[in-house]
Parts: sequence; C-alpha cells; structure tokens
Amino acid sequence: MAPVEVSPKVRRTPLYATHLELGAKMVEFNGWEMPVEYAGIIAEHMGVRTGTGVFDVSHMGDIRVSGPEALPAVQHITMNDAAALAIGQAQYSALLYPQGTFVDDLIVHRLGEQDYLLVINAGTREKDFNWVRDNTRQFQCRVDNLSDDFTQIAIQGPKSRALVEKLSGTDLSSLKFYWFRRASICGLRDILLARTGYTGEDGFEIYVPADETTSARVWREVLAAGQEWGAMPCGLGARNTLRLEAKLALYGHEISDTINVWEAGLDRFCKMEKPEFVGREALVGAKSADLRQTLVGLEMIERGIARDGYRVLDLGGQEIGYVTSGSYAPFLRKNIALAYVPVEFGALGTEVRVEIRGQGVKARTVATPFYKKPKSSTSGSP
Amino acid sequence: MAYPTEFKYTKEHEWIKPDGATATIGITNYAQESLGDIVFVDLPKLGTELQGGKSFGSVESVKAVSDLYAPASGTVSEVNGDLANAPEKINQDAHASWMIKITLSNPGELNALLNAQEYEQFIAEEGGH
Repeated sequence: MAPVEVSPKVRRTPLYATHLELGAKMVEFNGWEMPVEYAGIIAEHMGVRTGTGVFDVSHMGDIRVSGPEALPAVQHITMNDAAALAIGQAQYSALLYPQGTFVDDLIVHRLGEQDYLLVINAGTREKDFNWVRDNTRQFQCRVDNLSDDFTQIAIQGPKSRALVEKLSGTDLSSLKFYWFRRASICGLRDILLARTGYTGEDGFEIYVPADETTSARVWREVLAAGQEWGAMPCGLGARNTLRLEAKLALYGHEISDTINVWEAGLDRFCKMEKPEFVGREALVGAKSADLRQTLVGLEMIERGIARDGYRVLDLGGQEIGYVTSGSYAPFLRKNIALAYVPVEFGALGTEVRVEIRGQGVKARTVATPFYKKPKSSTSGSP
Repeated sequence: MAYPTEFKYTKEHEWIKPDGATATIGITNYAQESLGDIVFVDLPKLGTELQGGKSFGSVESVKAVSDLYAPASGTVSEVNGDLANAPEKINQDAHASWMIKITLSNPGELNALLNAQEYEQFIAEEGGH
C-alpha cells in the first residue's frame, strides 16, 4: 500500500476543500484528485440503492456546439440520432473513430433550437474537445469548451426526486428520465437540472456555477435538505460499483479506441439508419463480419474477485479473454465482472475461469444488467 | 487508536503477537482503514510453511487487492475460518480479528520488527496524519 504519487498536473474540483473538511478519502482518478469514499463504499452504494446519495462529478467535461449547422455537426460526430431530440431532451451517445471504435461516450443535451451540450468523460476532456472541434470545421457552428464553467453534482437514488423537488420547489413528476429543464436551486436561478446519472437508479444532475463559494454552499445545502432521506456524500468508489451492477460502460474499460460498437453491445444507441456519421462505414463492414469478441457479464462461482485486466480462461485453462471491470457487488452481495470473450462463450450459463493470482477460479456468464431498478421508481426510460 | 504493546509490527502493516513458540498474525487498524470495506481474505492452508517477509495470502477491499506478508517464518497451525464468511470483522476490530497462527521456526526474527511506538511513528510519517 504505497502512498499515491500526486503529480503536479493533478487537478481539483471547486469542491476539493469541502471534501477534505467532510473527511473524504481522496484518490487520483484520470488526472483528478477526487473523493473515493466518505463513510465507506458499501454504505454509500446501499445508500444510493435505497435512499439517496450525492456525488461531485465536476471532473466531467462539457462541450457546447451551437449555430445554424449545430445539428448536422452533432449528427456527423455522434452515433445516436440527435435529430430525434426535442429541446430539453438528452440521449446517451458516443464519438467514434472512422474505425467504429470509441473516442468517448457522452450524453448529448439539446439546449435550444441550434444549441447542444455534450457531457464527456474527465480523462478524455482535451482529446474530445480537439476531436469535436477538428471534425466540425466544415459546419457553420461554434464549439466551446465549458468544462471549467460548472460544478456538476449528481443526486442519485429512489429518494432523489423528493430531495430535488424540495431543493427546487417544483414538481418533477413530469420530468422524464433523460430530460432536463431550467430550475431555481439553492437560490440560484436558471440552473440546468437533468434527470440523468450513472448509477442504475433514478437520479438527477445539476450544473451550478463553478466558483468555490457557490459550489460549497450548494453541496452543503443539498446534503442538509436530504437529511430526512439519509442523503450521504458519495465517492468514486461507490460510483464505480453502482455503474458496474447496472452494466454502464466506463471509458478505458468496456469501451476504448480498440473496441467497436458491436463488441461493446451498444447497438441500440447507434443509429445505422442515419445516412452518415464518423465510424458508420466501418461499422457496416464490421456488422457483416464475425465479431471477434463480445462483452459478457460474469458471476464468480468459486471464491475470488475478478479485477480489471485479469485474464479469462476456458475450463481447460486456455486464455480466451480479459476482465474489463470486476468487483464485489455490494447490493447483490456477489462477485461480478464484465469481460470480453469470443462470441462462442457468450451464451448464458457458460462456465469459464478467471485467473486470480495464478489460480483459475470458476465463473459463469449471467444476464446483464446484473441489477435493474424496480419498475415503479421512475417514469420514462432512457 | 492504541496499538497493543504486546504486538510487533511490519512496515507492510501486519501485526504479530508472540506466545512462546507460537504467534498470532493479523493486519493493523491502519491497514484496514487504508483498505476500506474488506470483502475477501485469501489465507493459507494448515501446515503451509511461511517465509518471513514473503506473501502468504491476500486481503481485498471493494476497491483494492493487497498482499499479506509474513512477519516471521513458521508453519501455519491454525486459520481463522470465520473471516471467510465475515471478512468485515477485520474492519470492526483489526487487532482482535486474527488471520492465522504459526509455529515460529526462528523466534529471533521478531527482534527485527517494529514495536508499537515505532510503528505508530512509522504510520504517522507514511500517512501524513
């Protein structure tokens, strides 16, 4: 357990000092010094599944694409159909390389008639911004990097709606999942309030001004308002176990510049009926060819926890694939993992082994997502 | 947190409690705090020969995997089987939740380990708190 080396380039969100004051354990993640846990990953994970939890996700980046040809520009660089978005609606999508592999995954929000906000990952901020700028030059649009303009706070869990309704003083029953609106929150007017998240639960994300004083005040007011539902501050540790149970992809793990859309199983967010977008042509070819590998869910049968990067073996001990994400799953109380394996190992119930410290430990493929939220807890669907 | 004075400690955060020719081994409170929620322990079988300073198993939290290092050489004479189903006991009381007992093959090795005061000083420097 060597202490984490913090390079001088490591960045901090406007809530850094607040996290320290609240006793968070900090780690470096994708160039950011972020809270990994407060009360403990299991307590935070269960808090989000049963009540509500609050996350600082300000390390996420934001790119605004606006102007007369904003829609054709967004359509060109993303794989989902942005033309289907109403103003106030959002969609999960991705930026692809011409090979059909991932620059990044993202959420596209339609802010206005010719105005889109792309919310991207922390570790790919610069790469994504350059990619978006360079690949939209032929369109009449502006591309602005707003990544440092917002403190982004995620409020997640079955009680999150009650909490956000209390904070905003508005009824949110009509705000469907993957829609957003402007609201007054903590005395701040016109705050972007989206019903989105990365936990597999109902949840909201708010984008408040990034100055430290405002950010800290909002953070504390959210937690104070949520006390009656047991709202707890949560770190990246629980964010990771929550998204893993819900089988939500993490860049650099399930998706990357070497994995294509079909392998990752994200077909339903890739609209091949769109006549053109970067990566489409390669995907047409890849679809007809045999897939090299497919993403499967694994549940450990024997004792052991599969971890990111561990090798997957067939029962005879031959290497067949690798684990992209693996952990103890606090809500399911099982050891689970996502892994790439050859398609013939993709059938449910197939037994394989995961190599853990030199031992082939038995696991079986299971249906995903590992966890699905109860139907009644939200309206609409992504 | 007071570190028992009858224990000796390693810089890898194991404790060892000698009792004549045998000794009991676990991980320190500092270790469990650093790891966070412990969800898995992998311990050696009875009769396994341990070599001082070498790995004898592992402990895993939700987030991290950490090797366990033998504070001294010896033969495993007892394994705390409770930890297989309740590894969180280590978080609750690391100094009472022993992992294994060994028959020491060279009790003199213990002299090279840290005493409680030295260990507390060591973690104050390592953790910066």
